[in-house]
Amino acid sequence: MARTFLPLDAFVGSGSGYHLLPFRFLRFDGDRELLVNEVGEYLFAPAGTVAGVVGRKIQFGSPLYSSLKAKQFIYDSSSSPNLDLLATKYRTKHEFLDGGTKLHIFVVTLRCDHSCHYCQVSRQTANRNEYDMSIATADRSLDLMMDTPGTDITLELQGGEATLAFDLVQYIVDHAKRLACDRGKNLSVVLTTNLANIADEQLAYLKQESVKVSTSLDGPAFIHNANRPRPGNNSHELAVQNIERCRQTLGTEQVAALMTTTQLSLAHPKEIIDEYVARSFHSIFLRPISPYGFAVRTRRRTGYEMNAFLKFYKTGLDHILEINRQGYHLVEVYTKILLTKILTPYGTGFVDLQSPAGAGWNVLVYNYDGDVYISDESRMLAEMNDFTFRLGNVHQHSRRDLFGGDAFLEAQQTSCNQSLPGCSDCAFQTYCGSDPIFNHATQGDSFGFRPTSAFCHRNMSVLKHLFRMIAENDPDTMRIFWSWLTDRSVSDLGTELPA
Amino acid sequence: MKLTTAGVGIGFEKQIVGIVTTNPLQPVQRLNRILVSDLLPEDLSGYRGALTTGDIGHRHLTTPAVHRAREIDHLRSEDIIVMEPTSGFVRSLYRPAEMHNSIFVTERCNSNCIMCSQPPKDRDDTEELTERNLELIQLVNPIPEYLTITGGEPTLLGDKLFEMLAALRDRMPNTAIHILTNGRRFAWSDFTRQFAAIGHPRLSLGVPLYSDVATDHDYVVQAKDAFDQTIMGLHNLARWGQRVEIRVVLHAQAVSRLPELAEFIYRNLTFAEHIALMGLEYIGYTPRNIDLLWVDPYDYQDQLVDAVRILRQRSMNVSIYNHQLCVLRPDLWRYAKKSISDWKNIYLDECTDCGARNECGGFFKWATKVHSAHIHPIEVPSC
Repeated sequence: MARTFLPLDAFVGSGSGYHLLPFRFLRFDGDRELLVNEVGEYLFAPAGTVAGVVGRKIQFGSPLYSSLKAKQFIYDSSSSPNLDLLATKYRTKHEFLDGGTKLHIFVVTLRCDHSCHYCQVSRQTANRNEYDMSIATADRSLDLMMDTPGTDITLELQGGEATLAFDLVQYIVDHAKRLACDRGKNLSVVLTTNLANIADEQLAYLKQESVKVSTSLDGPAFIHNANRPRPGNNSHELAVQNIERCRQTLGTEQVAALMTTTQLSLAHPKEIIDEYVARSFHSIFLRPISPYGFAVRTRRRTGYEMNAFLKFYKTGLDHILEINRQGYHLVEVYTKILLTKILTPYGTGFVDLQSPAGAGWNVLVYNYDGDVYISDESRMLAEMNDFTFRLGNVHQHSRRDLFGGDAFLEAQQTSCNQSLPGCSDCAFQTYCGSDPIFNHATQGDSFGFRPTSAFCHRNMSVLKHLFRMIAENDPDTMRIFWSWLTDRSVSDLGTELPA
Repeated sequence: MKLTTAGVGIGFEKQIVGIVTTNPLQPVQRLNRILVSDLLPEDLSGYRGALTTGDIGHRHLTTPAVHRAREIDHLRSEDIIVMEPTSGFVRSLYRPAEMHNSIFVTERCNSNCIMCSQPPKDRDDTEELTERNLELIQLVNPIPEYLTITGGEPTLLGDKLFEMLAALRDRMPNTAIHILTNGRRFAWSDFTRQFAAIGHPRLSLGVPLYSDVATDHDYVVQAKDAFDQTIMGLHNLARWGQRVEIRVVLHAQAVSRLPELAEFIYRNLTFAEHIALMGLEYIGYTPRNIDLLWVDPYDYQDQLVDAVRILRQRSMNVSIYNHQLCVLRPDLWRYAKKSISDWKNIYLDECTDCGARNECGGFFKWATKVHSAHIHPIEVPSC
């Protein structure tokens, strides 16, 4: 081997400039630009950087040049563009597409004991025939579900209030398990319930079948009961009591709660969050109300402008971070989803913020009457007589019909933010998603119009907020974020990390 | 610690690999054994070989022997040695008393790192060394917990490497094997596929990476396209389910972008099981290139802290090798490992009164010449 060594210059290639790889950018603030590439790698850089990059003005060997190259914004003749690496990272980000529809929602009944203001579809009736799923519909829906190509599938049973038709729940779970076994699927089952009427034998069944429970908790009693009226006005009391019963029978990990933000909630982010801590939850999802169903009709009572929600979210997130700083592990779910997209090589399985949109690709809803929708929201639209996103009916259509029909194609042509006006050149495209149903419901067509879109406004604002925090790089905040992203306790991480 | 000696070989033309015995054995026990003694008995029948400081040139031997050896005191019974015919060279290959043993597979390399601790030689030694190592694998006893395969660049062995791994798999399936390789050859999928097909149950690879920027890495390893090949190789290994460790030697060419490298590893090599951040060794090519390489570890603590924090935040396993606790920031101590093999490990005069000496990995023995200017005893408060 030669014992002489070549200088750095020998490895810089022909020096004939550099080439661009796909990226998008944003003027972040007066001083900084934010560049984001196709696989979610980002770079804060001084204002004027993008013009410099495009004008081939970035000096070879400068720290900025090195970072642009290492993060795959540019490539030069000193090495290959490493497209295989880029492809692997792209695949990793889009792993959610693998295996097709994963979440299969069965609406087993529309009957419910609650009359929530924001609910879309529930009915108060004792007539079981009118609004319960028939055995024939359940069987046919299960067959379609099992035709899904992937092996990991989730069956979510909801209503109305699903426990009011618990015999049907049992029938579906038993059959789903048998079919899953025959078809080689890994099946998980979730029951969405308000828990108000859950009986001991029902809990025993859920335990026996390892069914997870997802329930509603909107905050402390004065908010929860106002949002979720039921006879006796005791929804909160029952929810809290029965969450505890569920945990004792099923195990703490098996029980999750979701909150919906109403106009009343907006003034009380801290009280709502503290309620989750008081009930020993370790995650909370600060969720805006959906513009569907009764929520539209009752807009004056429950609705609000997106700006009001964003203020609620930011105040809430600050409070959640403070709680974490004090050593209690509490994740804000939406923040975690976005941070996963920004800070890690992975994507998420969160169906409401994906491109292609989760609706249809990753979720199907089988309604009590056999109609199939691409999402729960499109089912709610149908309750308002808008059947745009109904794929068909389990008794009339095959899997091929459902996925080849006009309704599905209509949704698919607007399901990729890569090709939507206002999204195609947005710096946040890789972190965001598209929501044809939301666009259709709020703006009259599934393409939507970004400048006035609440979906766009929310995600742009939240993403900018998070990027501001990432840029500040406060050690405490980042420690908390990473504890969320790696499922570790924030206190363990605190003693371990070098300062 | 001596690992070599030499004398005059007689009665053999091919290298002899055998297990040392310093006491004469009964004939039935002599299989595979090399008798090592200042005075050899008359009857050497059944021994694989003999090694002595004495002169036995007058005797008519049927047993291969090296006589008039410079010294033999460093050899212990159960050591495995090789005797080379023409040179009379005797090399210790395996010492059961050691925790860390390596199989040295070739001196050749396709890189030429500016800080290489074992500079490569351009001579095809693979035939001879493979034959030797295959024999060694059969003789090793007791079976060790771990073994390192090192060179040179082991992948240059091609099929011979596969043959050796298959032998290790069959003879000692429970031994953890760690291969030190630059990973470049794995950029060729077919090679990686064949490598993985051996199906060794406890195999991992340690692969060095010196920068997140191709040019800088290629310069350090003195090979154009090495960065691309190594990254591609690592991905192929991951694709075929192989376990990899990333090794970073900290020197002037690597430390300035160390935090960026940590982030790069997380983003691009997320599958890495372990990241070793290693101090520079003053041996091999390093003295020659010291002006390009030297940075006092005291002066890169900020970058090291950042890199470790970035990796640990992201739940990656990271260790710091070849650093002294008195130079490391205290919040890095928990990541410092005592990584230097016993025979290369020393402490300096400054260490005599150090309260943390037992916890400290100390120095490579060649560090007496060049080391941090900030070595000092640490006072541990008594309770």
